[in-house]
Amino acid sequence: MSLPRETSAITLSLSDENAMAALAARLAPCLAPGWVVHLVGPLGAGKTTFVRAILRALGHTGPVKSPTYGLVELYPVSGLNLYHFDFYRFATPEEFYAAGLEEYFDGTGVCLVEWPEKAAALAPGADLTITIEPRPDGSREVRLTASTPRARQCLNRLAAP
Amino acid sequence: MHILGIESSCDETGVALYDTSRGLLAHRLHTQARMHATYGGVVPELASRDHVRRLPALVREVMSEGARDWTELDVVAYTAGPGLAGALLVGASFAESLALALDRPTLPVHHLEGHLLSPLLAEPRPEFPFLALLVSGGHTQLMAVRAVGDYRLLGETIDDAAGEAFDKTAKLLGLGYPGGPALAALAEQGDPARFALPRPLLHAPTLDFSFSGLKTAVALKVGAPDWRAEYAADLAASFQQAVVEVLVAKTMAAVRATGLPRVVVAGGVGANRRLREALAEAGAEQGFAVFYPDVALCTDNGAMIAFAAALRLEAGARVKWDRRIEVHPRWALEGLRQG
Repeated sequence: MSLPRETSAITLSLSDENAMAALAARLAPCLAPGWVVHLVGPLGAGKTTFVRAILRALGHTGPVKSPTYGLVELYPVSGLNLYHFDFYRFATPEEFYAAGLEEYFDGTGVCLVEWPEKAAALAPGADLTITIEPRPDGSREVRLTASTPRARQCLNRLAAP
Repeated sequence: MHILGIESSCDETGVALYDTSRGLLAHRLHTQARMHATYGGVVPELASRDHVRRLPALVREVMSEGARDWTELDVVAYTAGPGLAGALLVGASFAESLALALDRPTLPVHHLEGHLLSPLLAEPRPEFPFLALLVSGGHTQLMAVRAVGDYRLLGETIDDAAGEAFDKTAKLLGLGYPGGPALAALAEQGDPARFALPRPLLHAPTLDFSFSGLKTAVALKVGAPDWRAEYAADLAASFQQAVVEVLVAKTMAAVRATGLPRVVVAGGVGANRRLREALAEAGAEQGFAVFYPDVALCTDNGAMIAFAAALRLEAGARVKWDRRIEVHPRWALEGLRQG
């Protein structure tokens, strides 16, 4: 019996929003209580769009607004409490504690975090990091990096034909 | 009747004292400069927990400036939501504790109701009913306001708020964050017709807004190989033009759909000069009058909370004595009724 090779990173080229939605739909079933996903990329890369696509895939039909102002939005969906964070407005990483956000990362919800780098080392570690790089033609290069066994299993399933 | 208003739903800590017969007696807003002076050193701007440290001093200042004794306070009003749970809890706990100590009742207030009614604090004061355009860093909504407590959401942003689009576009243009006002200033020197930017949802049948794609379009222009720094003013002007056009077009469509003869603009983006000019032109053409709150009350503040509480009480709302700390981080304004 041969064990499948562990997949810890996948890079994809996505031509448009539909391709992004298709990827989000394949990722969404992996999410379970305790998952932390980091979304990394410059302003306008499509991080919130990606989160919206994940929520749509999980059955959420209402609006998904940018959480920049409120720092966090809660979506109870598919039996999960999904928290959508945005640390963009942090001037210093300590504001992660000052805003009282660490209590959300208690292992019971799914935490999708935009701009985790603004909280630097204080940001709870990710199972999966999604890096979105826009290209001049409007397409996106998306890199998925797994940091935990369950995230690697998820990427294994994604990579399977 | 003297009403103390406490606002702590996000970054700002606001406190105000409102007298139902004399009007606004005093109001204070936490500012970064004040914090530095009082406590020394750099204090995080977003610190929900710093509301705890700001509130006692702000309340004392307001009571002293309003020249009122604690025994003269009748009601403590506070923002119960929507907002950041931790930040709301601080204001609500403080308000309920103060009311308990003074043996006075409280009145929880909806943050957006405070914004919607704040133009009624200014002169000339708009009559009900009116259409409210709420445009800030956190919100972009069109609302039909028939009376105090009677609000119907007509449309809202499906992604970024207009003020957020301004702030993030400013960042893309190297103006820092939040740089909405700096972007508007730069736009004054630019050619709004230079860059073709999208007008998201402009011709959609709904009154909803979308500004996220506009930000992405600006990012693509700035990241293009032929981008040059001297284009920044033209891109700022083109961006501002796109946002203003969409806001005004949707406002005009909402006036047509509702027949409301007055438009009230609340929120920080309401201070934008180009938006004010364009709304005035639209009003002249379509026959509606436009009203704004005082500039000092465009951002989050305690005065609008005390004032909204006063109007609710006047309309028959009941204060509460149960000492329950009431917060609703997510709270729809629609369906809010007198009670």
